[in-house]
Amino acid sequence: MGCGATKSNELQLKKYQRGSIGVPAMRAALLIQRWYRQYVARLEMRRRCTWHIFQSIEYAGEQDQIKLYNFFGYLMDHFTPANSERNLISHIFRENEICRDIEWERYFCYKNIEVPELYSGPHLSFPLTVSNVADLVEAFKNKQQLHTRYVLQLLLESWKLLRMLPNINQVSTCQTKEITICGDLHGHLEDLLLVFYKNGMPSVEKSYVFNGDFVDRGKDSIEILLILFAFMLLYPNNVHLNRGNHEDYIVNLRYGFTKEVLGKYRLHGKKILKLLQKIFSWLPLATVIDQKVLILHGGISDTTDLNIIAQADRHKYVSTLRPPKRRWVASGGNSTAGRHKVNGRMDNSLQRHCSLAYNSPLRSRYNFQSRSMQNFSSKVNLAVEEELKEQRRMAGLSQSYHDLRSSLSSDSDSDNYETYEDDSNEWKQIVDMLWSDPMPQDGCIPNEVRGGGCYWGPDVTEKVLRRHNLQLLIRSHECKQEGYEFCHNRKVLTIFSASNYYEVGSNRGAYIRLGPDLVPHFIQYQANRSTRELTLRQSVGETERSALRALREQLFAHKSDLLYAFQDYDTDNTGWISLKHWATAVEAVLRLGLPWRVLRSQLVTTTQDGMLDYQGWLRELPITEPKTELVQQSLLETMYKQRSNLETIFRIIDSDHSGLISFEEFRQTWKLLSSHLKMEISDEAILDMAVSIDFNKDGSIDINEFMEAFRLVDRTMNLPSEPNHTKTDE
Amino acid sequence: MMSKAVISEIHRRIAEAFNVFDNESSKSVDVREVGTIIRSLGCFPSEAELHEMIAEVEEEEPTGYIRFEKFLPAMTKVLMERKFRPIPKDVLIQAFEVLDQEKKGYLEAEELKKYMTQEGEPFSQDEVEEMLSAALDNKENVIFYKDLVSKMTFEDL
Repeated sequence: MGCGATKSNELQLKKYQRGSIGVPAMRAALLIQRWYRQYVARLEMRRRCTWHIFQSIEYAGEQDQIKLYNFFGYLMDHFTPANSERNLISHIFRENEICRDIEWERYFCYKNIEVPELYSGPHLSFPLTVSNVADLVEAFKNKQQLHTRYVLQLLLESWKLLRMLPNINQVSTCQTKEITICGDLHGHLEDLLLVFYKNGMPSVEKSYVFNGDFVDRGKDSIEILLILFAFMLLYPNNVHLNRGNHEDYIVNLRYGFTKEVLGKYRLHGKKILKLLQKIFSWLPLATVIDQKVLILHGGISDTTDLNIIAQADRHKYVSTLRPPKRRWVASGGNSTAGRHKVNGRMDNSLQRHCSLAYNSPLRSRYNFQSRSMQNFSSKVNLAVEEELKEQRRMAGLSQSYHDLRSSLSSDSDSDNYETYEDDSNEWKQIVDMLWSDPMPQDGCIPNEVRGGGCYWGPDVTEKVLRRHNLQLLIRSHECKQEGYEFCHNRKVLTIFSASNYYEVGSNRGAYIRLGPDLVPHFIQYQANRSTRELTLRQSVGETERSALRALREQLFAHKSDLLYAFQDYDTDNTGWISLKHWATAVEAVLRLGLPWRVLRSQLVTTTQDGMLDYQGWLRELPITEPKTELVQQSLLETMYKQRSNLETIFRIIDSDHSGLISFEEFRQTWKLLSSHLKMEISDEAILDMAVSIDFNKDGSIDINEFMEAFRLVDRTMNLPSEPNHTKTDE
Repeated sequence: MMSKAVISEIHRRIAEAFNVFDNESSKSVDVREVGTIIRSLGCFPSEAELHEMIAEVEEEEPTGYIRFEKFLPAMTKVLMERKFRPIPKDVLIQAFEVLDQEKKGYLEAEELKKYMTQEGEPFSQDEVEEMLSAALDNKENVIFYKDLVSKMTFEDL
């Protein structure tokens, strides 16, 4: 598209003068070209829209999770130990007790786990050898699984090593000429294998930095972790791992890693997950190359200070979604309160009150936290208030909530107060590093879309790079169609290594090679050879179908709200609305920020003179399986809207990871969810729902079966199948 | 005269299409995407017409970016005046028939390639490869253009 208008006219004229093929043919060619270019443009538009659909649904999901999590936090702070609802979710907040390392090793003893004769997978010996690791990679390529004994052993050794690493890895190119940097892998084993194939495996001559998000979404997260740890153990000076926001057990509950591990390791999965909880917290937070290039998973904020980060106790932050557990002495001299003997609950409730009382600019960064408190203050009913009083009394505090808040904000205990502030600042730094995204405008604002970290602008990049005498920031965290993308005047580089992330054909993956000149070179790839051979039209089609399916599910889940919105526009009750009103209503209800007018032709296929029979259209949206017909419509919709939340709660409740919950637990899940959503769900309605599922003989509900029973079937599809990132199949 | 409501709806359509390519919410898009935006709104400009339009909405000193502020009024005018109308199916088929001098009912891959890369507003290598891969009938290695046109024609929005 480079030549100007006049030049192409000249060219045409010359041809005509030469009398090559005559004017009609030339005109015909022009027409065809015009038509075809239009066609390609339409396809490109569809491809971009598909992208937006996936991304907005993904981010809405993340935001959702944070809200749910904050809700739990609220419950934790306001329910007594006796309250059974609280018990159900209490263990998600019960972080690893501060144990001595020896105790840990004993707990995770692998020595009494026998490897049977029949086991055909790889055998590992420690310290690992090159052939061990090569065998491991080969085995995973052949879809074999590593035996639990070796898994535990490998994880233990990894933990021992990680403990010794600093928060920020310092790497130099003079030792190893080139360094390869990979971004998010998200359980896509094929992509890791592809990178190794194209670039060579890690070795003393070939250094690698893996920039977080190794797990969740894809189906081979544990395999990727084991490979990365194995190489790290083999070449500790050449393989560097940075923590991503998905190296977090709470996030894993929702995004598939927990499910994957429990599915693959039925007996010891829980142990493995517990060990990983600890290991994730020990992952380094960043890597710096030649003191010039900073590599971390999410990004930075205007307060990012590598010196603070370097000094932090990073392992305190088992989950970055949660402020660190710490000692706190109650002001007013009641020193027996607040000891960690009373355990985290007390600490954290006071911490939460702290964060509200403390009037600092930091507060705006955490409005996702303070927001949840404010939402509920009006909803606290009498029973809860009573419980709250009881709790405080038991904790040895005689002050009212209000007094507590005001006493905290006074300077009476400035020492501890300051320590809290430092911790909070440290925590903020870490959250920012793992969750932030760049934006084109100057400044730094809270990342409302994800619910954590911030959006930072080019001025902040400038400032932070200069502060630490750096020249480039490499980060990941966001999927890019080409696998990589520069921004902020090429000072920030995003690298993403999971190809086909949203759907087959959606994007390429890439990795960076960096030599002593510190100039990044990119290599792109796309797993699954067949997608490369698809035409533009075909690959757009696949991905698009998948995105539209996901979108139709969202629409279905909001049926009632959509109906109300449409009826608002249909004042004469004709049953018809204009397409313009359709678009406005849909955006108002779904709030995904999508180009509805552009998407309209894909979502609304039957219109008459620019008008839509909205009730007919709503009826045509995806249908449900017959089992669910007994269930109330509104409950069903809630079910679909809250699928992920529901499943997350189930898995949390299922504390022994058996995959089963009792009816009582089921009922309580719904009660929990209903108070989170501030809606009424009667016991009757819950019973109806439970009855519509086949109970197991002992009266328990299989979580997977339940989720399956409520799967949506898209009318327009012949064979329903789900995009690979919402389901991890074993 | 068009009503306010109609114009505001047109504005919204243009804004939506523009925003799809405005990844950073900066109210501007890369100039290379403008053609796609205009075409996705149902217009069929030639390359020459496209360049004219871009020249109209570019900055005094071209920055490589087109701002929404300038794009909106120009594009609104295009839509209201119904410029760059679609090519009717039968006209398109006639065009193919002109190239199909022997009236075979199809075109050989090489034939089409030659026309597309040498005549009119020539395709790049990539463009013609893509077109062939979509258009070619695998079994016979020719392009049945009547089918092609049916397959690829969209309803006007």
